[in-house]
Amino acid sequence: MAMQRYILKRTGSLILSLLVASLVIFTVIEIVPGDPASFMLGINAQPETLAALRAELGLDASKVGRYFAWVGGMLTGDFGTSYTYRTPVTEMVADRIGVSIPLALYALVLSVLIALPAGLYAASRRGQAGDLGVLGATQMGVAIPNFWFAMMLVLVFAIHWRWFPAGGFPGWEQGFWACVQALTLPAIALALPQAAILTRVMRSALLEVLGEDFMRTARAKGLSARQTLWRHGLRNAMIPVLTIVGLQFSFLFAGTIIIEQVFYLPGLGRLIFQSISARDLIVVESVVMLIVFGVILINFLVDLAYAAVDPRLRNRT
Amino acid sequence: MSRPLILGACLSAGFVAMALLSLVWTPHDHTLLDIPGKLQTPGGTHLLGTDHLGRDILSMVMVGTRTSIAVALVALVIGLCLGVPLGLAAAARKGSWLDETIMRGNDIIFAFPLLVMAILITAVFGPSAVNAIIAFGLFNIPVFARVTRGAALPLWEREFILAARVAGKHAQRISVEHILPNVMNLLIVQSTIQFALGIQVEAALSFVGLGVQPPTPSLGRMLADAQTLVTLAPHLAVVPGVAIILIVLGLNLLGDGLRDALDPRLRRRLA
Repeated sequence: MAMQRYILKRTGSLILSLLVASLVIFTVIEIVPGDPASFMLGINAQPETLAALRAELGLDASKVGRYFAWVGGMLTGDFGTSYTYRTPVTEMVADRIGVSIPLALYALVLSVLIALPAGLYAASRRGQAGDLGVLGATQMGVAIPNFWFAMMLVLVFAIHWRWFPAGGFPGWEQGFWACVQALTLPAIALALPQAAILTRVMRSALLEVLGEDFMRTARAKGLSARQTLWRHGLRNAMIPVLTIVGLQFSFLFAGTIIIEQVFYLPGLGRLIFQSISARDLIVVESVVMLIVFGVILINFLVDLAYAAVDPRLRNRT
Repeated sequence: MSRPLILGACLSAGFVAMALLSLVWTPHDHTLLDIPGKLQTPGGTHLLGTDHLGRDILSMVMVGTRTSIAVALVALVIGLCLGVPLGLAAAARKGSWLDETIMRGNDIIFAFPLLVMAILITAVFGPSAVNAIIAFGLFNIPVFARVTRGAALPLWEREFILAARVAGKHAQRISVEHILPNVMNLLIVQSTIQFALGIQVEAALSFVGLGVQPPTPSLGRMLADAQTLVTLAPHLAVVPGVAIILIVLGLNLLGDGLRDALDPRLRRRLA
């Protein structure tokens, strides 16, 4: 019952957040000076052509009408039509999202694969050289800008050793491995800072658990230090770790915007930058809304998952 | 004092000193073009080499560090000046409509990934250092509001606050005279973290062309220029990159060290 009430409450605030976010994005884009129709047709356009285009793009409606048309359209999967390409934004997004989401997921998997063993290693050697080494490495990992790391990866692994392509994306129809290869260096670059953060969370979560009474009981029962860590420590430390993993996906998703620039990947990030330089604001507006929607939804799901694991949270406001 | 704290303080102070020094002196004029002397490797008269236009990289890093620090610092001040009072006000009236509005407003800003917010702002107002500052400043507001509120809430339950209330002090005065000094340590630590983040954000935004515009040098812009030349002259990318890493590393170590030094309880818990 408490869980249902919690879900209902969180769903309510999810919808409210999405509504306010859409209002903010729409208002900000509305401030932009200039008329997209005259931008598209140039300064020599005939007034009649201009009026026709404005009607076609729905620019002649009132601001309120346009907001509801935009939100209503998005709810039915219609994101409007790009001013410059004259193609539905939904189609453009569908093409690009096939690069951005796999890239973010790939980076997430890498970050977990690096962080869990590293955190476990550091926690089991607390205060020793190995622990300090891992902590030092995480400090560096957090300080290195991922786009700079990406450039260094290209220099070493793409240009010097030629193990991976330096940029570009072949498209999924060219085969799974070719795409994985193209996404590997970008995913490593994206994963680095997140792996560093996750290692620290994993380490401190484990250390916290190690001090618990049930760990001492497990040792008293005759389990070895290693067995206690694996059977009891790891499972209990996973709760905060999983929360961070969930939240990291939204960071990684947003992070792809910059990394795509370094590797010339045709994802959502490049779409946004191309649309900004072409002043194709309907694309900017819809893609930004989509990303914000993704972030809010992920946070919502993480909250629910957390409450499912830890019942105490359901009653907290 | 712990070793990380000393190392962090030295690194941070070194870069701040370098940025300040660039106001009065740089080894060469960072705007001076010297095409025949372009892409020189480090050494000789140009200690860190020259870029594709023959400009001295050390001088550009000095001025670029100043730009990056200025952007991060102003954004930090915006976050502090708006976020802290909001956090104090929310804590003073916990559960009221004011608290709810402030916290829900924070949630909305948090829902926008920093980069997306910066993109939205620059898409509308055009790319510039000022807009990068506004974007990061906006992002800093809820961060400080949250930290302040979180730290202030338990204080309101304490006896010395109760005593101040009994003495007839107004909530606003209690916030400024008693709550603020007690959350100051936390704010100092958070400030170093946000400062480090600001350096990284400035670099990222300038790298994709949304931040500082040419000809003003910034560490991120230098990396953007280096991207196409990295095979020819790797030092163009390595030098500004290492500068960013050292500044951020220094600030993070300083933040961690200060947190431990200012709050011994935290040190025991985290160890």
